[in-house]
Amino acid sequence: MSIAEKKAAEEKATKDNPEVIISVENVSLAYSAGNSSNVLEDIGLKLHQGEFVCLLGPSGCGKSTLLKIIAGLIPPTKGNAAMDGEVIKGPDWHRGVVFQQPPLYSWLSTRENVRFGLKMRKIPKQEGLKLADEYLHKVGLLEYAAHKPYELSGGMKQRVAIARALVNSPRVLLMDEPFGALDALTREEMVMLLRNIWRETGCTILFITHDVDEALSLGTRVLVMSRNPGQIIREFKTSFTWEFSGENPSRTRYSQNFVEMREKILDLIHKQKLYSTSSLE
Amino acid sequence: MTKLARFIHLIRKKITLERLLAIGTILILFLFWFAVTELKLLSDILVPSPGRVFAAFIQILQEGYKDNSLPTHLKDSMIRLLSSFTLVILTAVPLGLLSGYNSKIRAILYPLVEFYRPLPPLAYYTLLVLWMGIEDSSKTALLYLAGFAPVFIACESGVRKLKQDYIDGAYTLGADSRQIFFHVVFPACLPDIFMGLRTAIGVSYTTLVAAEMVAAVTGIGWMVLDASKFLRSDIIFVGIIIMGITGMLIDAILRLIERKVVPWKGKE
Repeated sequence: MSIAEKKAAEEKATKDNPEVIISVENVSLAYSAGNSSNVLEDIGLKLHQGEFVCLLGPSGCGKSTLLKIIAGLIPPTKGNAAMDGEVIKGPDWHRGVVFQQPPLYSWLSTRENVRFGLKMRKIPKQEGLKLADEYLHKVGLLEYAAHKPYELSGGMKQRVAIARALVNSPRVLLMDEPFGALDALTREEMVMLLRNIWRETGCTILFITHDVDEALSLGTRVLVMSRNPGQIIREFKTSFTWEFSGENPSRTRYSQNFVEMREKILDLIHKQKLYSTSSLE
Repeated sequence: MTKLARFIHLIRKKITLERLLAIGTILILFLFWFAVTELKLLSDILVPSPGRVFAAFIQILQEGYKDNSLPTHLKDSMIRLLSSFTLVILTAVPLGLLSGYNSKIRAILYPLVEFYRPLPPLAYYTLLVLWMGIEDSSKTALLYLAGFAPVFIACESGVRKLKQDYIDGAYTLGADSRQIFFHVVFPACLPDIFMGLRTAIGVSYTTLVAAEMVAAVTGIGWMVLDASKFLRSDIIFVGIIIMGITGMLIDAILRLIERKVVPWKGKE
């Protein structure tokens, strides 16, 4: 792809296709009613069709909590989260979740783990098996279809978890530090795999991480969160993910733009760690 | 490698230090028993010699004990034990899992179980006999109650310590709460269920002697108690050894089933 084409594709993604899938409005969350300090305060967030949004922040800033609110696993104290204009009241398969520790079911084979959602949704077995194998193929694990989860490595388990969420064709895929527990090499592989899957399927992804490189190399948009209270303090539009899938990804990693943005974001995060103040802007 | 060498290698692999220690301990205890009785350090009535115990075993094997053959005694005890155990599996497992899963069900059941669990079985056995008579039903009920609590508690705590992500994950994949109970909670708790069942069989077994105390004419427990009235310590020894071995056998069978059903145990 030439640079002009890339730009065009990017603009198309933001302008021609403004369909909002998830919208979070004024969401706050306090753990105990008496305690006035909010874990999340006045969060506003929109996810558009086909976007890859990375949510970046120091540990304890409530980014996982925000993801759980969008998934429908936790109700917010104030405000609401909506999907396609409808307020989210509980978890369902339209919002697939990939956890940091993949909760695969040890009593099921890899294939049956992927088919789990389809089976629960009463999709006919033949069709379910076909789809499960298709997605196992997508994550490169078709030959491990009959294995049990405890026979797989950490990276493979996470790939099964991704296939398991994607096989449902969810409206949005919510990923909670999915590569946080993996070693550096496996992580690199997984980032590439996820980027390819995102480009192939055109799914919408909200990706939580505390790794700046990961966020910049994957996201079309990077949101930086602060801690105490958890707020979104800055938003960056990024397009590195297109360059990364090119022939020379390491050139991108050391490019001027990349390094500068990386430093800007790290600065934002470090400032908070030092002062842990609520208003930085 | 020749066949012989391979055979020797196989034998070597089977002989571990732990196994030698286990067998050694049993052998030393046996020798100690043999020496004490051979040197007549204790009265023969209190501690019969291994030879006498073996003779008593052969005798009751051939002639039976008090009108009934040894297999009949053993069978009757096992029927009481296993019928109560079946009832425990059918009720304590689902109720325990449900009360771990649903706080309202727990609110109803937990206090009841907590109340009766520490009671000595003999305390309520007298009531059971009054209500259900002296036949097998009161004995089965007693063993059932003894086995119910450990299984119930193991299942309940198994569900409660389940990682929330297991359940949350299933919801986000499209399962409803009923499906999650059958497809996630139940299989995930199988290791706990087996632990509860193994505890329960132990507890029931120790209650067996008590259950056979009242107006029974068969059963290994009854045999032991009856023999004690006539100071037949050799028969008491036979009964105790039989109970010990059958108890170990039942546990071994349970562990074998567990390995087949829960192959992932300890591997996660």
